[in-house]
Amino acid sequence: MTPILEVRDVKKYFPSGSSRVLQRPTGQVKAVDGVSLSLQKGKTLGVVGESGCGKSTLARILMRLIEPSSGSIFLDGEDVTRLSGSDLRRMRRDIQIIFQDPYSSLNPRHSIGEIIATPLRIQKTVTKSEEVGRVKELMHLVGLNPEHFNRFPHEFSGGQRQRVGIARSLALNPKVIVADEPVSALDVSIQSQILNLMQDLQTKLQVAFVFIAHDLSVVRHIADDVAVMYLGKIVELGPANIVYGHPTHPYTKALMSAVPVANPVSGRKISRIVLTGDVPSPIDPPSGCRFRTRCWKAQDICASNEPELLDRGDGRVSACHFPELEA
Amino acid sequence: MTVADTTIVGLSPSRLALARFRRDKVAVVALCVVVFFVLIAIFAPLLTSVFNLSPYALDRQALNDYGNPIGRFGGMSWNHPLGVEPGTGRDILGRLMYGARVSLLIGFIGTIVTTGVGLVLGMVSGLRRGLLDSVITRVADLTLAFPSLLLIIALNRPLTQRLESMGVPKGNFARMTYIILVLTVFGWVYMARLIRGQVLSLREREFVDAARSFGASNTHIVFKQLLPNLWAQVIVFATLSLPGYVAVEASLSFLGIGLMAPAASWGIMLGDSVKYYRADPTYLLIPGVTLMILVMAFNLMGDGLRDAVDPKSDRQQL
Ligand SMILES: Nc1ncnc2c1ncn2[C@@H]1O[C@H](COP(=O)(O)OP(=O)(O)OP(=O)(O)O)[C@@H](O)[C@H]1O
Ligand code: SF4
Ligand SMILES: [Mg+2]
Repeated sequence: MTPILEVRDVKKYFPSGSSRVLQRPTGQVKAVDGVSLSLQKGKTLGVVGESGCGKSTLARILMRLIEPSSGSIFLDGEDVTRLSGSDLRRMRRDIQIIFQDPYSSLNPRHSIGEIIATPLRIQKTVTKSEEVGRVKELMHLVGLNPEHFNRFPHEFSGGQRQRVGIARSLALNPKVIVADEPVSALDVSIQSQILNLMQDLQTKLQVAFVFIAHDLSVVRHIADDVAVMYLGKIVELGPANIVYGHPTHPYTKALMSAVPVANPVSGRKISRIVLTGDVPSPIDPPSGCRFRTRCWKAQDICASNEPELLDRGDGRVSACHFPELEA
Repeated sequence: MTVADTTIVGLSPSRLALARFRRDKVAVVALCVVVFFVLIAIFAPLLTSVFNLSPYALDRQALNDYGNPIGRFGGMSWNHPLGVEPGTGRDILGRLMYGARVSLLIGFIGTIVTTGVGLVLGMVSGLRRGLLDSVITRVADLTLAFPSLLLIIALNRPLTQRLESMGVPKGNFARMTYIILVLTVFGWVYMARLIRGQVLSLREREFVDAARSFGASNTHIVFKQLLPNLWAQVIVFATLSLPGYVAVEASLSFLGIGLMAPAASWGIMLGDSVKYYRADPTYLLIPGVTLMILVMAFNLMGDGLRDAVDPKSDRQQL
């Protein structure tokens, strides 16, 4: 089956240093450095990594908000990397985004109705007379009172605003929705409501999600596959139950030990791995394995040879010279 | 709950701002004062002819042999409620009303033109960073570094003549055009800077990316996404800069740039009155106080507007 979304070796290098006209950029920020992914129709791919590892950059590339430095993106089998003009506009219907910040993602001067209708108006998918009906239908779908359509964002709570963002992302019946940390800005009590809503919508509408998060716990319940990113690269990728059940990359392991354990009375003592030090700068990443500056298993080879993403025999790949394979 | 209560009406940010403004007593009074002046200015010809207060008619009867007004307080009388001009006997109230026309005309046109130019340049600068932005920013810095008053005085004659030779009607019309021109050349910078800063921060907001991700054109981004977020500040800023232009017009007329007598302008009146301030201090006081009231009213109204559109306030504070 062809994946609904496929990403092949995508890279994004930002010029770093001064952006002033007469000053040459001094280096490059390798924000995304060779990422390959695929996502099946109606499934969810979780993308996890610490702040600054390039998750949002990847999301913006997928949305064609920024151009990748190299690599290609296939949407439903079609190479959309170099589309422009009306082809690009048409392609935009199929992939939509939900942003992290429910405050800055809604224009404060527009009513909720106008906000949800914006994609409909730009893409001209419905007539003026059908518009209100479609907006109310979408509001109902995400659990908002459709009668509130002429209210303004400042009259809603964070969770409700995020529902507005979700309604807007559904307006064009996309095949893929990229959700960039959709719940990190919300109260913990609200997070699960939004996650449940997204799951319900997925079952109902068969839409595929790229679900970005900075910790594994949020992704755990929603993702079919998980990709773990570190400094612009994927270090481990595989089916969620396999990656969660037995992480092979030290970084994944470290992230998992940051997750609160569901049943602390199980008797087993869990050794917590605490990541020390900061993430190195993506302008000058460490040689060899990028994680080596914080890895407790690092050897000489980790500094000289970059580990490749290797199949670990269970449908999962990871990039480490000393993976934690099952005995 | 009645049926009417269930109809849900959203309160747009501008309606909230209006509600807040209306509860600000000082601002409302200031607005009334401004409206009063505007009405006077509009109806000055009608009012002066009805009450027989022509700003041009010379009334020698009101003056003594030395050319000074007869009577107390600069010759206040039923015929001339605010007295007469020393030397000519022209009615001061009439001249004051006509002066309001000049002040407000320059104030409004100056504000509209500078705001327009500043808005466009500020938006271009903020949206297209790069070379164009650098050029606009440098020109703005340069403009601020210029000794503007000196230039305005020095260029007055040559530029006014140039305007006249380019077909602008001679005399006071060309002089007014010159004033508005120099006000724009030196005034656009402040608005442009404000807008550039706003655009730089707005363009990073995710709703702009959201619109782009639907395939929005640049026109849509500018007119539907950015401008609705800028209007409030543009209006506040314009309101607060208008009194500045009124004062500049008065100062320039005072210095002999701009309108010339017998045309009436508060600046001309002030300039004229200093010659008589010993014999007739009321003459100096009247245009001075009037100018002060108008400028203050605009400033208080602008302050009220600024508080009303403050984005930090929300429904709870209503
Ligand atoms: N426009 C840009 N120009 C230069 N560098 C950029 C740009 N956008 C992002 N970066 C850099 O690229 C790296 C990755 O940023 P990105 O926003 O993708 O991280 P992230 O994983 O989404 O982090 P977070 O969890 O904080 O959202 C960062 O080091 C960031 O500073
Ligand atoms: S390759 Fe070496 S440094 Fe990198 S994660 Fe594996 S053990 Fe650690
Ligand atoms: Mg991010």
